[in-house]
Parts: sequence; C-alpha cells; structure tokens
Amino acid sequence: MRVYLDNNATTIVDPHVFAEMEPFFVQKYGNPNSLHAFASETHPALKTAMEKIYAGIHAPKEDSVVITSCATESNNWVLKSIYFEQIITGKKNHIVVSEVEHPSVIATAKWIESMGAKVTYLPINNEGIVDPESLREVITDKTALVSVMWANNETGALFPVYEIGEICAEFGVPFHTDAVQAIGKVPVDVQALNVDYLTFSAHKFHGPKGVGALYIKKGRELTPCLHGGSQMGGYRSGTLNVPGIVGMGKAMEAAIDALDFEMTEVRELRDMLEDALLEIPDTFVVTPRSKRTPNTILISFRGIEGESMLWDLNRAGIAASTGSACASEDLEANSVMEAIGAAEDLAHTAVRFSLSRYTTQEEIEYTIEVVKKAVERLRSISSSYAYAPEGHESGLEAQH
Amino acid sequence: MGFDSLIGGTIWDEYSNKVTELMNNPKNMGEITEEQAEAMGAKLIVADFGAESCGDAVRLYWAVDPKTDVILESKFKSFGCGTAIASSDTMAELCKGKTVDEAVKITNIDVEKAMRDEPDTPAVPPQKMHCSVMAYDVIKKAAAQYKGVDMESFEEDIIVCECARVSLSTLREVIRLNDLTTVEQITDYTKAGAFCKSCIKPGGHEEKDIYLVDLLEEYEKEKMAAVATIGNENGGAGSFKEMTIVQKIKAVDKVIDENIRQMLVMDGGDMEILDIKENGEHIDIYIRYLGACSGCASSSTGTLFAIENILKEKLDPNIRVLPI
Repeated sequence: MRVYLDNNATTIVDPHVFAEMEPFFVQKYGNPNSLHAFASETHPALKTAMEKIYAGIHAPKEDSVVITSCATESNNWVLKSIYFEQIITGKKNHIVVSEVEHPSVIATAKWIESMGAKVTYLPINNEGIVDPESLREVITDKTALVSVMWANNETGALFPVYEIGEICAEFGVPFHTDAVQAIGKVPVDVQALNVDYLTFSAHKFHGPKGVGALYIKKGRELTPCLHGGSQMGGYRSGTLNVPGIVGMGKAMEAAIDALDFEMTEVRELRDMLEDALLEIPDTFVVTPRSKRTPNTILISFRGIEGESMLWDLNRAGIAASTGSACASEDLEANSVMEAIGAAEDLAHTAVRFSLSRYTTQEEIEYTIEVVKKAVERLRSISSSYAYAPEGHESGLEAQH
Repeated sequence: MGFDSLIGGTIWDEYSNKVTELMNNPKNMGEITEEQAEAMGAKLIVADFGAESCGDAVRLYWAVDPKTDVILESKFKSFGCGTAIASSDTMAELCKGKTVDEAVKITNIDVEKAMRDEPDTPAVPPQKMHCSVMAYDVIKKAAAQYKGVDMESFEEDIIVCECARVSLSTLREVIRLNDLTTVEQITDYTKAGAFCKSCIKPGGHEEKDIYLVDLLEEYEKEKMAAVATIGNENGGAGSFKEMTIVQKIKAVDKVIDENIRQMLVMDGGDMEILDIKENGEHIDIYIRYLGACSGCASSSTGTLFAIENILKEKLDPNIRVLPI
C-alpha cells in the first residue's frame, strides 16, 4: 500500500484540474497577448480562471492578483520591492517577520539585513504561535513591512493574522501574509482582515506546480517583479502560463467547494490518526488542535530520530516529513521545535503527517498500524530506552 | 554548482546496500547486563557518546576479559538516523575479538569502509560522515573507562564546538586523517560548526579561543612545512627525525609515491603507512601491504629491502621498515 501523508509539501493534482488544463498544451497553445484567433481562444478560460481565483480569496476587482511562478517568487517580490522602494531610499529602515516563516521569507529577510536594514524576528510561544502583542512592542514609524504567515507549514498553527493586521493598520505599516498553507484549509477572505499582500500557490491545493500568486491591495502597488513586455498589468512580465493559470483557477474553485469537507471529514481522519498516535507512550504534539489547520500533525516520538521514523514509514510505503537534522542536508534541528522551546531531547524527533481530501480511512488505519510497529522497533534500538547498570553515569544527557 | 547541484537528490539513494541492510536489521543491537558479563567472567563496560539534543546518541556495551583485555562481546543502542544505526552496528562488530588497545585504533574511516559495497564507493554521502565519527568516539570513551583513565582528561582537552561537543584533539585528528581543507568538510565529518556556527570564525554570537578556520590554517601550514622540508635537499639526516609525526608521514608518503608506489601498482598491489615510531636510535616505519602485495613472497624480502633502502637514502639512515 502507498499512502501519501505529505500534503503540506505538495499535493496530487485534482484530475478535474488536469482535464481543464489539457487543451492548452496541444490545441489552444496561442500566446494570449498576440493578435489572432490562437491568442483570443485562450481568453475565455483565462478570464474564468482569474475570476475563480479572485472569488477564492474574495478579492475586489480593483485589487490585483498577480500570477507568479511559485510562492517563493511572490514572497521574494514583496520583501525585495519594499527594500528597493522604502529602505534603500532611506524612507524606512526596518521590517518584521516571524522566526518560523518559510525559508523564502527568512532568507530574503536575512539578505535585506545583510544590506544594512534592521529585521525583527517575532518569537513564537509554547503553542507554536506568534503573540500579536510582541509586534506592538517592536513596530515603529520606521517599519516598512510586517510579514507573518497565516498558517505554519510544520505545525499547521494558525497565526493571529486578524490581530496583526489591526496593529499594522494602526501604525500605517503594510502587512504581508504567506497564506500558502491556509488556502483550502481555512476560509481566506482578504476583505475580512487588514492585509495588503497575500501569497499562495496552486500545488498546495491540488493544482499544478509552478503557479503561485500574490494578492496586492489597491494603493499598495509594488515595483514590478519582472520587467519586460508588461504582462500581468506590468507587474510581472513574461508570457502567461495559460495552462497553469487555468489549473490554478479550477483548483481554487474545487478547494473552496471542499472547504467544509476539509474542516469535517479531513479533520476527523486527522484526529483519528492523532488520537491513535498519542496513545503511544512518550509522544507529544505541538499546538492545540483548535488552533491548527485541519490536516496537519507535528508529533514527536521520544527516543526516535525523525529520519529513522521516515525510513521505516517509507519501507511500508508511507510518505511523511521531518524538518529535523538528518533528513535535511544542513543538520539543523527542526526550527519550530527549537523555537517553541521544546525539550532539547525532542528537537530531532518531530515527524509531520499532513492529510488531504484524498486521504482515506483505510490509509489512516494502515498508517497507525505501521507507526506503532516502527515505534516498537526503533525504540528497541534507541539508546534513550537502553539498559544501564546501577550507578552508570550516563553521558547522554550530560553532553549538552 | 552545475548539473548535479540543480535538482537535488535523496540522500538515501547514496547509502550502500550494506548501510540499508544494517539499518533494517542491525546485528549487534542490544544490551549486555551485569549478570551476562559476570557469566562470561568479563567486566562490563557501558559508554555513552552524543546527545539526543544533537541528533545522535550511542551507548556501547563491552564484555571485556580482564585477563587478556579481549572484548568478548560488543553491543550497541543508538538514537539516530539510519547511518548512525548502521555505523554503530559496524563499530560494535569491529570491536569483537579485539583487545581494548586494538579497538582504540579503529577509526571512523575503518567503520565507513567496512560498510562499502565497492572498495572505491563511499558507503554514505559526505553529510552523513559524522555518524561514523561518533562510532569512533564512543570506543575511545569505553576504552578510557576500562583503563580507569579519568574520562574528562582523556577526552575533553578543549571543546571547540560546544553545540556538538567536538574537542580540539578530535578536530585536529579528523582534519589530518581525512586531509580536510574546508569548514564544510569539518562539519560533515564532525558536526562541528553545524549548529550555532560560532566556532567557524570570529564574529559569531560567542567568542572563542580557537576557530575551525584557525585549525585549517594550522594544518595547511604544516603541510607546506612538510613539503618544504622534503624539497630541501640539504636538509640532511637530522631533519627527518625532528619533523612532527604528520610531517614524517607526508615525507615518507612522498618518497614512496615518487619511487616505489608505481612499481607496486603495476603488480596489482599497493601499500599504506600505519605508524612511525622512534625506537632507540632507529626510526621504525610500520607499513601494510595492500592488494596483490599482501600475499607476495617478495613483500618480506626483495621489495621490502628496496623500500627500506630508498627511505634510508632519501630521509634517514636509521629508518627500519616493518610490514604488519
């Protein structure tokens, strides 16, 4: 059996989405900006797709939703534009991000910092959530941008974007949120909060890879992302990715339609998995369920290094994920586990299971069975549960 | 950069089949209790290295015969990824039947080589090398305990990387054994520099007495000095004796490379230097024959004399070559 529980990394493309994209490869391949029938026959589908995308986040027509190549591009664009317009010009000197943003925000913020600006990294509390009051303490009239994600990719923790938006409005500071993990999991309505820029990406909600977007509120225009032939209203030049945009539109429509299902059926399966895993002794979950996206669990199995767990899961055909040391090439502990101040011995034990509307009960039952066996096997190997003679002075804890 | 760096790969694809098999079914995983050791008439040694907070930890169990110092049984328990478990398993296997003194000579490289499928293909990708270094460290810790040496004085001279608890002597040793030239390599082998990064170079959030860049510079200078000494034809007999051990090995290796190795390789063999020790007026060079040489009759007669004569002529007349 093959079970895919890594939906926060990417998702299966909805077959209906794929079907809508297909005509735009071999049949309707025209460049939408040309002056002939090959071009104009792409327009109805593009227009419909853009309407669905606008509707999906409840964006008013006067605002812009610029289609990019990925969420990383959208995030880079916002931060770098602000740097070029506000910081390099000397108008402002400061940006604020949370310490657990996606690398596309953190790495860009670090670059801006290296160019001489001040960057504040807001901490998360022991539930893995940013406290909006911590923003109030650091925001000033020199702050050029606040960027805080809507939902965290590792834990699924929902951040207080409504409150943060209010504080930004109070100080007149633009607010950007990376909503990549929120679309299709919780309602995202750009008119329900004060937000100026919002990032999302099609492949996280059963659309194609290579299609991201940036919502830009009217009056908060940015320096173009790519200069050139003035496509996307001059914001982002480059021939339109016709099948990609069509795919994102259909995927957005399907995700909004499935939102109730996500918050009921998917949540129930997630809870079923979580309840079963928490029955295993010495397991810990970060962030209370009510404060998380309905599809995500970040769980620690004491005494089991994350990559070892992935190894045993993979042997049984199950895909999950870990942000911890051995799995990634940089040997770092899971950044969220470190940031929430989890016990040090748990920093390398976190494993993430992320479900989707395609996950079945049978798959979850199989996963529970496999995880239990893996825990038994790996703890039998683990030094954390190993015999030591009386009076043995363990070096395992004393090391740190 | 370039083709291989663009789309990335799965580190698991770079594991040897042996690593995979050992992760799936570690052979020496387990414990030795005091009762079991007693039944064998052995002394139980339990040594720990690493920490869960660093991502790897290993506990090594030895049952050692107190009369012969032979390790009768060797088992491990490990918190870590697949390569950490496979390395610990291999390390425990290599200890069996050896005396404690012999076991201390097992290096991380021996552990890694023992896990290879093909002699020239590494068993694990570079960023996983630190797993075998840990296996090497825990042996030293167990040996220190057996010999009743104070563990602190045996292991911790100066800790250069606090996060990964990597000592100055370990770093110096690993840099020289593996001929490391970059900070990234040190991090791959020892984990030093992987965490807070304060120990890499000055300017981090914590001030240090010695940084990884200093150690690399020190080794680089040593290598240059060794080359300069060999290059100096007027150096004479006395100078070889005054070299550091690393310089001596480099000098001997250079002479072998230039005069002997080609001859051995043509016959399908090779040799390596194991140790150089002063023994009274003699300088004893311990070597090991590899490949075809190891079984060849001439390796203890003609070839050996040839090697010894060339080293005597080029480096020091008091040299003796001892094959092991």
